[in-house]
Amino acid sequence: MATPKVYGIETEYGIHTTGADANPISASSLLVNAYMAQVDRKIDWDFEDETPGNDARGFAREGATPPMVETHLANTVLTNGARFYVDHAHPEYSSPECADPLQLVVYDKAGEEVLRRSMKAAAGLFPESPPVVVYKNNSDGKGNSYGCHENYLMDRSVPFSSVVEGVVPHFVSRLIFTGAGKVGVETPVMDRATVPFQISQRAEFIEEVVGLETTLKRPIVNTRDEPHADPTRYRRLHVIVGDANLSEVAILLKVGTTAIILAMIEDDALPSRPIVLADPVRSIHSVSADLTLSRPLELADGTSATALEIQWELFTAARKYAEEHGLGAVGDESVAHDVLDRWESVLHGLETDPATMAHELDWVAKHQIMEAYRDRHGCGWEDGRLAALDLQYHDLRPERSLYDRLDMVRLVDPGTVSLAVTEPPRTTRAWFRGQCLARWPDAVVAANWDSVIFDLGSDPLRRVPMMDPLKGTAAHTEALLERSAGPAELLERLSE
Amino acid sequence: MPEREQKRKSAPERNEEETVDAAPSQVKGERLKADLDELLDEIDEVLEDNAEEFVRNYVQKGGQ
Repeated sequence: MATPKVYGIETEYGIHTTGADANPISASSLLVNAYMAQVDRKIDWDFEDETPGNDARGFAREGATPPMVETHLANTVLTNGARFYVDHAHPEYSSPECADPLQLVVYDKAGEEVLRRSMKAAAGLFPESPPVVVYKNNSDGKGNSYGCHENYLMDRSVPFSSVVEGVVPHFVSRLIFTGAGKVGVETPVMDRATVPFQISQRAEFIEEVVGLETTLKRPIVNTRDEPHADPTRYRRLHVIVGDANLSEVAILLKVGTTAIILAMIEDDALPSRPIVLADPVRSIHSVSADLTLSRPLELADGTSATALEIQWELFTAARKYAEEHGLGAVGDESVAHDVLDRWESVLHGLETDPATMAHELDWVAKHQIMEAYRDRHGCGWEDGRLAALDLQYHDLRPERSLYDRLDMVRLVDPGTVSLAVTEPPRTTRAWFRGQCLARWPDAVVAANWDSVIFDLGSDPLRRVPMMDPLKGTAAHTEALLERSAGPAELLERLSE
Repeated sequence: MPEREQKRKSAPERNEEETVDAAPSQVKGERLKADLDELLDEIDEVLEDNAEEFVRNYVQKGGQ
């Protein structure tokens, strides 16, 4: 039986300001601190259990310390259960744990809203300064990339080699609907002259098939082994290969199809003849550069297949899996079936004519608007206005955002997203974390993914561990929280 | 193995019926163009004033 999937998504936002002090680290700190000042509470993140140097292949790198421990950068927890902080000179929002792909879309979008409110709050503090602006993208067009990482809870007993074998063909081929689109080429892996526009922001920065690194030699499959949960039962697959999406359909499909594939790996339900790419890294570059979706990728058995053909084969196996096993492991069954239906319709659309997906997928929407712009202004792909247009697609300010103007298909309503800025998901442990922060901000001194730490005054600090991401939900703890007059009573009841 | 290639080439059968009608799709095409025109007008208004400089100044430190 596949492990029920728990989802999280982390986005490092691009940040830009033209002020005299254009330092991205202080600008990022300003955003986080301005936001926290506005909500009038700041609870620190706790690093006790962080081990980013542990490798899923079974070894640990010496001396790997979480970066913020040393630098004391802004780092905090929100009442919706998310973490909001400064990472590598970028503001980063890590969503709370979600229990299905649609809930994840809601909390990813809530992250955009947190950043929008942060920009507003920072502008309110320093009205005379040039604005600090954030972009939900993955590269600056000059060879610097920053990430959007997905996280999936998995069964620890599945060998990591099986996970790698199963996900690589999906991560390479899913690009055709997850790509955020980009003008030009920034690395030597592609020829600028023949690739004026590519499907993915991130793909050309991928250099390895499997690896621990995230800032250089980036791999298709990252081996960071930090489950943030009971390590004897769970693995957290940390995925760094993807693009940050604005399109809600793309976000849903990115995490939804991946969750289905992971459940199939756990239930040994992938196609009996595995799809093995001869050169996965070259393939992911090739898929990104091919807007016609027709370039064949070489397979290890000497045959070839296009990304679209690989996706059809995975989809067909997924549909069979859904009929035989159900999709309970992906979360809510109706959401999971919606993922399956949209997966099929997007593949059909891309096969018929990618342009038909202009209201659903980021790369298609961006490409279409650029073609139209080129047509109107008679400009070539190297024109700076197209690069500006590319950046502005990802600009989160409503008055500048191009994405907002494109009439893209929406899956979640703004009211739900607005609520998710402060309210945690009811169906994961994020509920307990967020509720404790909201109820007793003075008693909670720190929190992280798998614990909340209370300071009750005279006693030593008290840590409440949450080693199971699917416990600490509203169903488990709402009544308990309601009955407890204060944190001391809560802790007393918990220790009974 | 040509057998495998054959299998990959074709999409699974569709559930819904496909209807092909040239006239409405042409009308749709024209409406799409009108929508795009309107959008381009708007983009001309909101695009950063000095595009070249804006792009040049957008430099990020690498991240994860």
